[in-house]
Amino acid sequence: MRPGSEAELAEMVRQATGPLRVRGGGTRTIGDAGAGAVLETGGLAGVTLHEPGALTLVARPGTPLAEVEKLLDAEGQRLAFEPMDHRGLLGTSGTSTIGGVVAANVSGPRRIQVGACRDFLLGVRFVDGTGAVIKNGGRVMKNVTGYDLVKLLAGSRGTLGVLTEVSLKVLPKPEAVASVLIDGLDDAGAVKALARGLGSPFDVTGAAHLPQGPDGAPVTMLRIEGFAGSVDYRSVQLAALFDSMAVRVERDPQAVATTWAAVRDVAPMQGAAGDVWRISCKPSDAPGLVARLEPRAVVYDWGGGLVWALTSEGTDARARLGAFDGHATRVRGAGTTPVFPPEPGPVAALTRAIRAKFDPRGILAAGLPG
Amino acid sequence: MQMPEPNAGVLSRKARIVERLNAVLPGGVIHEEAEVRAYECDALTAYRCPPLAVVLPSTTEEVAAALKVCRAEGVPVVPRGAGTSLAGGSLPTADSVILGVSRMNEVLEVDYDNRFIRVQTGRTNLSVTGAVAEDGFFYAPDPSSQLACAIAGNIAMNSGGAHCLKYGVTTNNLMGVKMVLMDGTVVELGGAHLDAGGLDLLGVVCGSEGQLGVVTEATLRILRQPEGARPVLIGYSSNEVAGACVSDIIKAGVLPVAIEFMDAPCIRATEDFAKAGYPDCEALLIVEVEGSDAEIAEQLDKIKEIASRHDPVELREAKDADEAARIWLGRKSAFGAMGNINDYICLDGTIPVSELPYVLRRIGEMSQEFGLEVANVFHAGDGNMHPLILFNANQPGQLETCEAFGAEILKLCVEVGGCLTGEHGVGVEKRDLMGHQYAPEDLEAQMAVKDVFDPQWLLNPAKVFPLGVTEARRTAALAAE
Ligand SMILES: Cc1cc2nc3c(=O)[nH]c(=O)nc-3n(C[C@H](O)[C@H](O)[C@H](O)COP(=O)(O)OP(=O)(O)OC[C@H]3O[C@@H](n4cnc5c(N)ncnc54)[C@H](O)[C@@H]3O)c2cc1C
Repeated sequence: MRPGSEAELAEMVRQATGPLRVRGGGTRTIGDAGAGAVLETGGLAGVTLHEPGALTLVARPGTPLAEVEKLLDAEGQRLAFEPMDHRGLLGTSGTSTIGGVVAANVSGPRRIQVGACRDFLLGVRFVDGTGAVIKNGGRVMKNVTGYDLVKLLAGSRGTLGVLTEVSLKVLPKPEAVASVLIDGLDDAGAVKALARGLGSPFDVTGAAHLPQGPDGAPVTMLRIEGFAGSVDYRSVQLAALFDSMAVRVERDPQAVATTWAAVRDVAPMQGAAGDVWRISCKPSDAPGLVARLEPRAVVYDWGGGLVWALTSEGTDARARLGAFDGHATRVRGAGTTPVFPPEPGPVAALTRAIRAKFDPRGILAAGLPG
Repeated sequence: MQMPEPNAGVLSRKARIVERLNAVLPGGVIHEEAEVRAYECDALTAYRCPPLAVVLPSTTEEVAAALKVCRAEGVPVVPRGAGTSLAGGSLPTADSVILGVSRMNEVLEVDYDNRFIRVQTGRTNLSVTGAVAEDGFFYAPDPSSQLACAIAGNIAMNSGGAHCLKYGVTTNNLMGVKMVLMDGTVVELGGAHLDAGGLDLLGVVCGSEGQLGVVTEATLRILRQPEGARPVLIGYSSNEVAGACVSDIIKAGVLPVAIEFMDAPCIRATEDFAKAGYPDCEALLIVEVEGSDAEIAEQLDKIKEIASRHDPVELREAKDADEAARIWLGRKSAFGAMGNINDYICLDGTIPVSELPYVLRRIGEMSQEFGLEVANVFHAGDGNMHPLILFNANQPGQLETCEAFGAEILKLCVEVGGCLTGEHGVGVEKRDLMGHQYAPEDLEAQMAVKDVFDPQWLLNPAKVFPLGVTEARRTAALAAE
């Protein structure tokens, strides 16, 4: 099914007699949405508004992410939450869509400083499981009119409704960038160093650690962005915090971009055999969690608050991690443990009840838990 | 303002209800008529109604116990922080119990390595920053009411502040909550980690105006204080030009922490009141940037260059802390200055920044039609307007005219692509305008969330949704009792 308009989509959902699976570009295949007719959003495409002076962009869900990025780039702007490209990691092909980015709340390294996709989502229109067309939020920066269903829809993975329009806040691209790189730290030392950088007044926009960097040795990375003079100043100040360590500053914009794209897209695990787990945790817990999990490889992002772990096939990471502040999702690999983290009883009950309200027939992404 | 008929059964059972509450909350129940009066309104003082009783729990467990009693007795509950809502968000009904969290104001945990603070929600906004300021950190959302307002109310209203252009509003700085549902269930959402594992329930709880649960603890993101900050003041001969300047600054990639806008009536009133030495012009911008001295200079140069292109009548840069304070003095005393002249109501609609000149012109025209003066002072960077409509409360009919005028302005905000409220919330004040922004099915979807969290519709009654829209649910809940 490939509706060409919101009204047509609403009609299709109303008429549906069995389960439906929404599909944007099909590049972020995490979790099994279950059997059912595929509902493609490719017919609902196009940017409907871009107002650079108001930092806003409105697009239909099937709009390719690349098209959005190109349009913004022409005005010196970007999606500041830096959505990752899942294709390399998941081995998928196809064209990522903006609807998919929102539905999976996809963010990147800059999430620690500017926020996630959900923080940039100003408004949505969607068709719920009954076929009703619903709007929430709008296209202005500040809006507290009624309940914030915008946040609820961000990351809902097609379980509450099919997005038909998203409004996003965009930001100007920086004039200059730099990475402060520290060589040779162990995991615990690296997470401490990242905390030090993030706790400085220098507006760090990326904080990652690769126990095996490009040349096989550990590298700890902090990113600075902004006006040229300011980036110069802050990178020097930031590096000075680590002057007892092997610290250097990378100023070549191309090299900086490549480094952070590799972190964003978890390059070290692309094509490597094994399952990939995404662990969201309290940053300082990360090294301890990794020690418990004993993965084959690991990438720390968000100052340690996001851990990507490559484990042998079929590993039940949750069993090894035990209880902690956060959760683990298996983004790649098969196994008997659920893909998404089970929620505590009362939260699971609320989630289930909300789904039943928005999709009483249980036809949307029926295979996903909740 | 129409409110639902109080539940006669509840009123008649007052003694028993108070007794049951006393049993679970010894020393934490207020019920004498003279004493409950202190809770009859919030900062929207035009509307008042003493509650049936007030409970002031000290722990999450006590909150749960009190809610269980109220639920069993079918008593509506109005959560309350500091009562500074400008939307009537914590206005009681005669049959309701006010649940105030003011006794719950402890700092539970400070963690600089992971950059968060966990507090009980009765703690005031400013004292959250106060708890970490000595170590060089701060909590970013800074409503002007920050000395008084509580984190509980900030979360319920998703409050903003002057610095949210750079740092975001409450929802962008809230990492987790502990909350109690109307049936006494304690739920924890989020925490010291950054994103939700499943549906983003935290996102919908923030801004739900006390209608989904009582929030007792919050995990908040804290940030390192910037090295310094400095404002520049720019005067223009028209609102249009000032609006264009705002738009150009934003487009240029400078990200000021604040861009504040004042129009002529506001400039004149504050000048008379505070004598900040503002130029006598049509529109004033205060733009503040942060960083080291050199970084501040770099940004201010860019801003001055942009501002100069628009031919300002005045461009004044603060050279030291004293001059910075002078520039902010007028802005900070704007509300006080208005209050000094007259009674006023403060609106809070948001518009796309590009519509600023048009909306300001229309407000000026409407001011003539309604015969009431308006002063505009607002957060221009994000289009969050605060028109202050002046009126005389002692003159019969003026409040009503003022409210009618306010409603027209808010409808205008929606018409140009904006919304009814940017940071103050809907409360009772804008409840009946919701139909202008949302279609019935949009409201239905929001109310479906309420149905899940609070099936009896007992929490913070008669707020957010038009009474007509909620009537069926309210009657069904009463009948089921
Ligand atoms: C002079 C002045 C200036 C202001 N400036 C700003 C500003 O710059 N920006 C801004 O955004 N607002 C501003 N406000 C509005 C107001 O201060 C905010 O809305 C504030 O967040 C309210 O906090 P409070 O603790 O006083 O909440 P209250 O007024 O007590 O309650 C507000 C809402 O929160 C709910 N609530 C309270 N406690 C809980 C709880 N524990 N759990 C669940 N729900 C709860 C209530 O039911 C109510 O709906 C201003 C107000 C004044 C009077």
